Amino acid sequence: MEKTYYNAEDLKKFADIGDYQKEMADKFFDWYGEVFNDGALSGKEKGLIALAVAHVVQCPYCIDAYTTDCLRNGYSEQQMMEAVHVGAAIKGGAILAHSVQMMNKVKNLTL
Amino acid sequence: MVSDTDSQLKALDEITRISKQVPYFMDKLALSGINNFNPVGLEIFQVNFGKLCNQACKHCHVNAGPSHTEIMDRRTMEYCLEAVNKHNIPVVDITGGAPEMNPNFRWFVKECRKLDKRVIVRCNLTIFFSGDEYNDLPVFFAENRVEVVASLPFYSADRTDRVRGKGVFDASVRGLQMLNANGYGRNGTGLVLNLVYNPSGAFLSAPQKQLEEEFKRELYKGYGIVFNNLYTMTNMPVSRFLDYLMRSDNYVAYIENLVNAFNPVAAMGAMCLNMISVNWDGYLYDCDFNQMLDLKVSQNRNNHISNFDAEFILNRNVKVSQHCYGCTAGAGSSCGGSTA
Repeated sequence: MEKTYYNAEDLKKFADIGDYQKEMADKFFDWYGEVFNDGALSGKEKGLIALAVAHVVQCPYCIDAYTTDCLRNGYSEQQMMEAVHVGAAIKGGAILAHSVQMMNKVKNLTL
Repeated sequence: MVSDTDSQLKALDEITRISKQVPYFMDKLALSGINNFNPVGLEIFQVNFGKLCNQACKHCHVNAGPSHTEIMDRRTMEYCLEAVNKHNIPVVDITGGAPEMNPNFRWFVKECRKLDKRVIVRCNLTIFFSGDEYNDLPVFFAENRVEVVASLPFYSADRTDRVRGKGVFDASVRGLQMLNANGYGRNGTGLVLNLVYNPSGAFLSAPQKQLEEEFKRELYKGYGIVFNNLYTMTNMPVSRFLDYLMRSDNYVAYIENLVNAFNPVAAMGAMCLNMISVNWDGYLYDCDFNQMLDLKVSQNRNNHISNFDAEFILNRNVKVSQHCYGCTAGAGSSCGGSTA
């Protein structure tokens, strides 16, 4: 058993999730593949979105995978960092937007 | 540094023991139903003029640089001319190092053209500015109808300079503009200018067509540059790039990526099945990468250009090792770009 919660080698075992529930795993991987095909957005554009989302959900496996994907597809370091900032801005904005709820509650509870 | 051939071959052998995902290349071919990996023809005669170069790029599989003295002599070039003439080999592909730095370069190109051969020169572009004697190379190329294959790691300065050295991108842009000014890459001239892209690190290339469209758009928008085709090439795990992979702890993962992307169609289109590669000292190899690993076509007298035997070459067994996964990954990789 690994002594860390995250191990880069585990990414190679992703497909093994089917060992415990094959039908759902098959559906997930089919859908996953379909999502990243060229469509109204190109597969390249979707890779950059995935990089930003990977940071927001703080998935180290996804960050590794989509950093490689973005480099492969020719995105510059600046473009990749700007995408991460978009994710950070939405995450930060979401936190701050929730402060309205705090303000509402303060106003409700105080004289 | 794993610069000597024995260390490199040992590392390429050991990977099969380190990773369960990496079988011997020959075994992978057999598992894919390819039991006959032998030449199908001899269309391309690639000549490596030596290790002398005005640059010392991080990914260079030739380990070339300005201090090297190993270059092809005129007698060896004469043997090459005899071989291509006698056996009607249509394409002469000249590489290095910077082949233009060989004092017999122009003579050899003219002799090939006299024989009506299609001549390809692999040019690093910055050579045009490495001395007065090289300034007129674009004119020389055009006069001799040479097909130019120019290296350009990327269409942005930062990524190109990181691989090839500071200022190389700007010089490359000026070089491409000089070639354009002499008709290269322009419709109706017949002067072919192709670019070569290789990833600037331990990752594989995006699809060739996608990158070609981006290179064309960005180079035209930024610098007014036009060209014919973009060839994507995989970084081969030999020489300096192998050393980089090992130092950066990317070696195992990189080879596994190549193996996972193995494409039997790309394997059947591998360049080694239709070419011969001559080293600066006249020894014969299946490809430029086998040169760097000193995997000669044979250990007998037929392994030298002075004893060139087309019948032997066409019936030889191609020498392979785990570096060959570089040419068979994804859409394939060759000196002419994708193969599948």
